[in-house]
Amino acid sequence: MRTQSFFDRQTTLVLSLLAAVAILVPSMNGLAAPGSALHLSDHLVPLLGKYVCFALLALSVDLIWGFCGILSLGHGAFFALGGYAMGMHLMRQIGPRGVYGDPILPDFMVFLNWKELPWFWHGFDSFPFAVLMVLLVPGALAFVFGWFAFRSRVTGVYLSIITQAMTFALMLAFFRNDMGLGGNNGLTDFKEILGFTVQAGSTRIVLFVLSVLALAGGYLLCRWVVGSTFGKVLVAVRDAESRTRFLGYRVEHYKLVVFTLSAMLAGIAGALYVPQVGIINPSEFAPAGSIEVVIWVAVGGRGTLAGPILGALLVNAGKTWFTAALPEFWLFALGGLFVFVTIFMPRGILGAVGDLWERSSQRFRSGRQPQPVTHAAE
Amino acid sequence: MGAALAALAAPLFKVLLMYCLHHILRALLLLLGMASAALAGPYEEALPKFANDSYADTDAAIGAVASSGNPLAVDVVEALRDGRLLIGSGQVFIRRSSGELINAATGQAWGSPAGELKPVRINNRLRRAIEAALGNLTLLSPDAGRRLEAARAVFRSRDEAVLPTLEKAIAQESQAHVRNALENARAAILLSQLDALPMQRLGAIETLEARGDQDALALLSNLPPDATPEMKAGAGKAVAGIHTRLALWEAVQNVWYGISLGSVLLLAAIGLAITFGTMGVINMAHGEMVMLGAYTTFVVQEIIRAYAPGLFGASLFIALPLAFLVAGAVGVLIERTVIRFLYGRPLETLLATWGISLILQQGVRTIFGPTNREVGTPAWMSGALEVGAMSLTYNRIAIVVFAFSVFAVLLLVLRYTSLGLYVRAVTQNRRMAGSMGIRTNRIDALAFGLGSGVAGIAGVALSQIDNVSPNLGQGYIIDSFMVVVFGGVGNLWGTLVGAMTLGIANKLLEPYAGAVLGKIVLLIAIILFIQRRPRGLFALKGRAVEA
Amino acid sequence: MSIFTMTRRNLVALTAAALVSGATLQAARAEETIKVGVLHSLSGTMAISETTLKDVMLMLVEEQNKKGGLLGRKLEAVVVDPASNWPLFAEKARELISQHKVSAVFGAWTSVSRKSVLPVFKELNSILFYPVQYEGEESERNVFYTGAAPNQQAIPAVDYLAKEEKVERWVLAGTDYVYPRTTNKILEAYLKSKGVKAEDIMISYTPFGHSDWQTIVADIKKFGSSGKKTAVVSTINGDANVPFYKELANQGVKATDIPVVAFSVGEEELAGIDTKPLVGHLAAWNYFQSVETPENKAFIEKWKTFTKNAKRVSNDPMEAHVIGFNMWVKAVEKAGTTDPDKVIDAIVGIQVPNLTGGVSEMLPNHHITKPVLIGEIKEDGQFDTVWQTDGLVSGDAWSKHLDGSKDLIADWQTLKCGNYNTVTKKCGS
Repeated sequence: MRTQSFFDRQTTLVLSLLAAVAILVPSMNGLAAPGSALHLSDHLVPLLGKYVCFALLALSVDLIWGFCGILSLGHGAFFALGGYAMGMHLMRQIGPRGVYGDPILPDFMVFLNWKELPWFWHGFDSFPFAVLMVLLVPGALAFVFGWFAFRSRVTGVYLSIITQAMTFALMLAFFRNDMGLGGNNGLTDFKEILGFTVQAGSTRIVLFVLSVLALAGGYLLCRWVVGSTFGKVLVAVRDAESRTRFLGYRVEHYKLVVFTLSAMLAGIAGALYVPQVGIINPSEFAPAGSIEVVIWVAVGGRGTLAGPILGALLVNAGKTWFTAALPEFWLFALGGLFVFVTIFMPRGILGAVGDLWERSSQRFRSGRQPQPVTHAAE
Repeated sequence: MGAALAALAAPLFKVLLMYCLHHILRALLLLLGMASAALAGPYEEALPKFANDSYADTDAAIGAVASSGNPLAVDVVEALRDGRLLIGSGQVFIRRSSGELINAATGQAWGSPAGELKPVRINNRLRRAIEAALGNLTLLSPDAGRRLEAARAVFRSRDEAVLPTLEKAIAQESQAHVRNALENARAAILLSQLDALPMQRLGAIETLEARGDQDALALLSNLPPDATPEMKAGAGKAVAGIHTRLALWEAVQNVWYGISLGSVLLLAAIGLAITFGTMGVINMAHGEMVMLGAYTTFVVQEIIRAYAPGLFGASLFIALPLAFLVAGAVGVLIERTVIRFLYGRPLETLLATWGISLILQQGVRTIFGPTNREVGTPAWMSGALEVGAMSLTYNRIAIVVFAFSVFAVLLLVLRYTSLGLYVRAVTQNRRMAGSMGIRTNRIDALAFGLGSGVAGIAGVALSQIDNVSPNLGQGYIIDSFMVVVFGGVGNLWGTLVGAMTLGIANKLLEPYAGAVLGKIVLLIAIILFIQRRPRGLFALKGRAVEA
Repeated sequence: MSIFTMTRRNLVALTAAALVSGATLQAARAEETIKVGVLHSLSGTMAISETTLKDVMLMLVEEQNKKGGLLGRKLEAVVVDPASNWPLFAEKARELISQHKVSAVFGAWTSVSRKSVLPVFKELNSILFYPVQYEGEESERNVFYTGAAPNQQAIPAVDYLAKEEKVERWVLAGTDYVYPRTTNKILEAYLKSKGVKAEDIMISYTPFGHSDWQTIVADIKKFGSSGKKTAVVSTINGDANVPFYKELANQGVKATDIPVVAFSVGEEELAGIDTKPLVGHLAAWNYFQSVETPENKAFIEKWKTFTKNAKRVSNDPMEAHVIGFNMWVKAVEKAGTTDPDKVIDAIVGIQVPNLTGGVSEMLPNHHITKPVLIGEIKEDGQFDTVWQTDGLVSGDAWSKHLDGSKDLIADWQTLKCGNYNTVTKKCGS
């Protein structure tokens, strides 16, 4: 089928682009002499790394929204939880180098008179444990949340709103200083990761390449999931949930698996994001942030996998430029983009490109095309 | 004819007589003033101290003036309180509210313009001294309201020196509530007065026990060191009684706080109940409609302040219809330009309206600036009503009443008007309604305008208790959705019950869990509740559910 | 610049050409002006407070240029919008320093934004002037703290209340974040050291933007009617103050009964409230618009002309920027260069007149000397200074009242250390 080949070409294209980026960025930053035309200045590396993490987050949202019709307005929560898990590890790595020189307690605990490390901080001094938590904490939350929500058939708008309630509740909770996670200030002032200085240029490059690899891996994983039989059922759930259920599929199980998987991807994105931006704080849980992720997906084209990557990169690059060049107009531009995309490009940039592709191929061989994306029923 | 003339003449004559008397009195007073100026009594000696611009000197002067017995003393102290006591070239003046200047030493009018006059500065300690002094000075005032205030001031200051005057005031008091306040004041003084009779002091304990509020509790739990065993026993019993009473009132008060928070939620959510509940549009710009209403109030008040200050008390009533129109018009505009392309795609209305909300926020920020704007509270909404041991603030009462009125009106509109009929018809079955000749497009626009307009008038009310800033709406949007979803979509009663339940639950939790934890607990409860009843408390049944 | 070009092309062009063009453009321009970064949110929740500070910076730069600039070159303000988003603060700081090559940055609001940009300033070795009162417990080589430390605001305020108002019972009410938490910790320790009993201290925290104060105000009323004189020490953050004060007024809590002294409420915040019922409540700052000095009069005049708004108010963080900017200018003149290392060395000991009639000095711990003023709210939304310290108070980086920090001192002049432990005689532990 043409759709299939479109996807295959897309996969090749995405992977080769990512590979090119993973090679070009480090070499332009490290090999090209500063001042030369090909040099990529140091401050752009973590910035690009941040975009790549956002792209992975957008990809995880696309997996459930684009292919299973679950619109999560709380994916920022999974991203932030992954980030906090990594942040806690980095805090423990500071050791006695904090301003108070306490070998165990992070600075914020010292000046708030905490006497000992809360139980949930134990284990985070080990990197493998932290990595495990990066996957497990968001995954477990998604599993429990999804278990309840999908079993009782909470769908559509209701699901979106309770995911929003979830991330809002988490934000309030993490803002509390009594949580033992730094309150509003969050976790910051990281020193090193696995023995490498976080601020060092080489560490940055490695983190960037890791992020690109994670994005490529995430993309392949999603590609594999949606291409499998399992993925076909997901699309069936998206397009006609009741019908799928009547056909004998346990819809809630499919949803639960893909929701948990998506949350874990978001967690990985968060874990890679934190060492690159150097701070994690509760504002990452803000409901507005999660809504913004959805718009990245919508801009790029949901249900396309490559679209959300493109959308995240474009919108964030736009944000970076606007907030520097025309600070007052950033919200106008973002708001306008939301409205424009939903009305005029319901399937996003890649959706529109895909349409063009199909239309041109239809001239060669007429025949009915399976619609890659329908407007998901509620 | 003659009788009529006489009837006319009599009041005229009265006025004339009063006028003459007034002048004679003033002349006498002036004479007296001059005479005393010549004598330089304590009043005249105290006055120059005001000019020193030192808090300690002003404090001393207040005491001396208040105890001088000079008829101008009350005027001086009141002027000091209101910042109308002016100093210049070593002399002290009173500015009357009419603007007329009076030499405080003589009481004579002072014609020269207030060029280099500066008000005497006061701080909190002096304000307390002024309050106490005024209390002592106005206990025998002919005005019942001032006597009441004086009694309360004496209750607070517990100035033993005023006891004889207080006794006199109690003896001649005719109004029960003023007398009660005066007796309370006496009890407060007697309790701590060492040379009072034991009987009197026991009586004082009883009076305070009957008063039964926090202030009484404070007095009774801090008995003076010389208290007799009887007094201690009496006070102990009284304290226990008051504690029980206060605990009871506190529970009532928490419920009231809950109702008032519930009303705020109801106001914020009720417009959403129409746009989301009956039309299926997830209007994330709903909060910004509330914000537009609040800014309309601000603009109305600015205009009133500039052109018709007398109308300020009515500013909110003027703002109500305007806020409805402004927010409603913006709502119709949004519906016509954006939402109508998105019917049947509820999740996408969410994204588009979120975009609109960002644009509206930034628009307001660009026009009005990012800082908070001052929306004044009309006098009739300030202050509190004391019921038992709790105080119901007037603005909260007004908001509760207002919220329920809006709810009732909306219910009636939906139930009894043709617009309401059409809206319900379109909600239940759009295609059928269309076939019956209802212009569904128009109804959509009107219903969206109605929901937005209601949000606008909610903004008028919320401007009284919250910041009027571009972020105003953001604070309410999540709560509003929780209320509507919890109550059940498509049902106004659900919204009412949802708002009240959440409000009261929140306020009952707050004393135990704190403001943040309480809210988190509630959010989790809502999430769990939605699992049990995915369509809320009052779910629509039947075909509409699957639409 | 470079990012803009990037967006105009498509994803594939993420790499070469765009970035290159940006890099060369800015290299060509680098020597023309001295750039000053302004890092204040113009959108989002903090825009309320920060937009004004951006305007002040623009005014100061314009004025300096009228005086002929600095080192014979013109100054240029580079304004970016971190949009009240903390990671964005770090990103924007990096952009200002690496891409725009600014010589110093004036900005940040709230501790979290400062903590977020700190590593960037350390790594890229640039200079940040932070103009807001804060919790202390920090001294970094690259940061200059021109706002008040707790000993320049909180402790004198409490002293005033205890002495002048005979307060014996204290409510410490704050928003739940690090500044109130630390300030209240310091105040609690301080009050207890003065003999206040634990049951006479009530501590209450509320979330950001808290709007329903009924319960808490009722609690305060209850706590305050024990017979002992009670006061509220408020570290409630910006937005939540309006509903807080409205509730106080409505429930009849008057300044004469239970005064509230606030550390985060200034002229700007009061401009959004009907202040008549608040008359007599207090604030502790290092500057009030109502202070009558020739310097302040001239400043307000200029400010109103610059903003073309006769109603614009001035406030304490604005004065902090004025002081910080003037200190930086003097230090650059003294060092003869904008090189951060030289400026950091030159600025310690620099003295500039503040707006309240004194001369503020940059201390070796990178904090400055300031007078402490206690003001009562007047009906017109201004403050009436009812008390002030005799001289200037030196800012303490580390509080003497906290266990963790009482042995620490900061000295970037001789010790070259921000957290020198006077007991172990070591830097950093």
